Amino acid sequence: MAFLEISDLYKRFGAVDALKGINLAVEEGGFLVLVGPSGCGKSTLLNTIAGLESITSGEIRINDRAVNNLHPSQRDIAMVFQSYALYPNMTVAQNIAFGMEMRGVPRAEREKAVAEVAKTLQISHLLDRKPSQLSGGQRQRVAMGRALVRNPQVFLFDEPLSNLDAKLRVDMRTEIKRLHQAMKTTIVYVTHDQIEAMTLATQIAVLRDGVLQQFGTPHEIYNNPANIFVADFMGSPAMNLIPARIEANGGGVAVVMTRDGSEPLQLKVADGKLSAHAGRDVIFGLRPEAITDLSGADRTSPRVVNAECHVEVVEPAGADTYVVTRLGGREVIGRMRSDMHVAPHSTVPFAFNMDKAVFFDPESELRIA
Amino acid sequence: MAHATQETAVRTNVVVRALIYTGLLFFAGYYLVPLYVMLVNSVKPLDEIRQGDMMSLPALFTLDPWYSAWSTAQIGVQPTGLKPYFINSIVMVVPAVAISTLLGALNGYVLTKWRFRGDGIVFGLLLFACFIPFQIVLIPMARLLGLVGLAGSVSGLVLVHVVYGLGFTTLFFRNYYDAFPTELIRAAQIDGAGFFRIFWRILLPSSGPIIVVTVIWQFTNIWNDFLFGVSFSDVDSQPVTVALNNLVSSSTGVKEYNVHFAGAVLAALPTLIVYIVSGRYFVRGLMAGAVKG
Repeated sequence: MAFLEISDLYKRFGAVDALKGINLAVEEGGFLVLVGPSGCGKSTLLNTIAGLESITSGEIRINDRAVNNLHPSQRDIAMVFQSYALYPNMTVAQNIAFGMEMRGVPRAEREKAVAEVAKTLQISHLLDRKPSQLSGGQRQRVAMGRALVRNPQVFLFDEPLSNLDAKLRVDMRTEIKRLHQAMKTTIVYVTHDQIEAMTLATQIAVLRDGVLQQFGTPHEIYNNPANIFVADFMGSPAMNLIPARIEANGGGVAVVMTRDGSEPLQLKVADGKLSAHAGRDVIFGLRPEAITDLSGADRTSPRVVNAECHVEVVEPAGADTYVVTRLGGREVIGRMRSDMHVAPHSTVPFAFNMDKAVFFDPESELRIA
Repeated sequence: MAHATQETAVRTNVVVRALIYTGLLFFAGYYLVPLYVMLVNSVKPLDEIRQGDMMSLPALFTLDPWYSAWSTAQIGVQPTGLKPYFINSIVMVVPAVAISTLLGALNGYVLTKWRFRGDGIVFGLLLFACFIPFQIVLIPMARLLGLVGLAGSVSGLVLVHVVYGLGFTTLFFRNYYDAFPTELIRAAQIDGAGFFRIFWRILLPSSGPIIVVTVIWQFTNIWNDFLFGVSFSDVDSQPVTVALNNLVSSSTGVKEYNVHFAGAVLAALPTLIVYIVSGRYFVRGLMAGAVKG
């Protein structure tokens, strides 16, 4: 029995279906990240778990208790909002204690709990200030303090880091992960940032247009995307998705891509299920880190294919150098070591790690191999 | 080059500024003249006014007209001055302003944060109250006040002003709360606060500017109201505006212009004080939500 269970959840706003039959299950202590582009329904899903939005049909269970019809305050959840939603007229301490005050917790107990949480989050020196006197990062901490003090069964985070600057966001991300490891409370976390999703989650649910696209561990989502949308959405730079053709090739199978001004590129692939698609068009997906310079290729991989390609653009990024070539009419990004000196408009050898290759049906956009 | 340009810019600036300030001073003076006339003539003996020079400073300074206007002038049957009517006005204005402001705030809260089917229509109907001319409702209102037994009383006037003020107070608060982040309400709900707790603890404490705007607006309107006052009050519940009218337009005896001037200033004093004390907030509140930040 999973700790948080969502089954056949539908949410309708007038004529619009915001959520179309969501099924999810998270174990106790899990960190579920809901990710997707804006308007995909991830925030709506979080709000239904919180009880801030009613559901049209389906069921939400927390710790084996159906909470569909419970008021938000009775679901034993705590939520951190995108805008932090700190009460502007109260001090930090009053903000953190407000929930306990509403539940009639005695003052002495409240003060003790506030002091404890403030210590955990290192905001003890801010307790007497008003939210308007705090920086973005400090407000973020207070918002988390207000959730922590409740000691709920499930924490809900609604894009909590999106209002912070880039550096602070990375710091707070680590802090949230550390807190989760220390408390082991179940968390549901909404973000549109796929890096946040990858770094924080034990499980990721990718949504689009109210439909769950894939639900799995970060490793599964990243390496075995169920469809083109997931493949394209997760990862930065995005996965190369190249129109190609599968052809039988001397007892094996090869993926063939057109090239401007030279012979089509043929890359041998593992036979597997692909032979059934011989002679058909496919979308060939390969992440930038699987397209490298020869010496940067993964030596443990049994299937690295080398090929000469024309370089269009070179983008040094410090740690790596991104090299852009063109295959099947698309820009294809490879990730080479930073000390590789590649000149634009030259032809250099690329190593393709075909072990990481994924293939999609161009019509249905679903994974075929 | 850059230096020269800057100097030219500064010079034009000075000329333009001088023009602007001259204009402003002229208009300020123009609008202050009536007040000057009232104040100057309210501290002159009547003989001096009769000589015909309204603009001159008093030769003989006296506060007798003020004393007379406040406590001895003949208004109605008794020589009571404006004092009892001034008290009537206060007894009417304070609850009317408080109740209409509070109800407006509640309306605004419900119309923005607890939306329901048809809330737009309800708001539209409330807004309608802002556009109904006072005169239209006089007879139905008189009938209603008679039915509920409040005719000719201060409480009746309070009721009339609350009902009439609701349109505006609701409009003010609805627009203010519309910009109030709904996430705060949701956070409070998760924290376990109910409808009224959220209102008292979260919303009202954050409504300072709009409360000031509403209070000034309502106070000025209700204090200065003459029509409802003259229509629905008895001799012992008349507000100060009606009493002032009776004082000025009494047809017997000599016209004591100095007393009239003093009385008019007295009657206008509370609104003036409200403006001076909270005028800063008035502008700030009217602008709230107009620009982000």
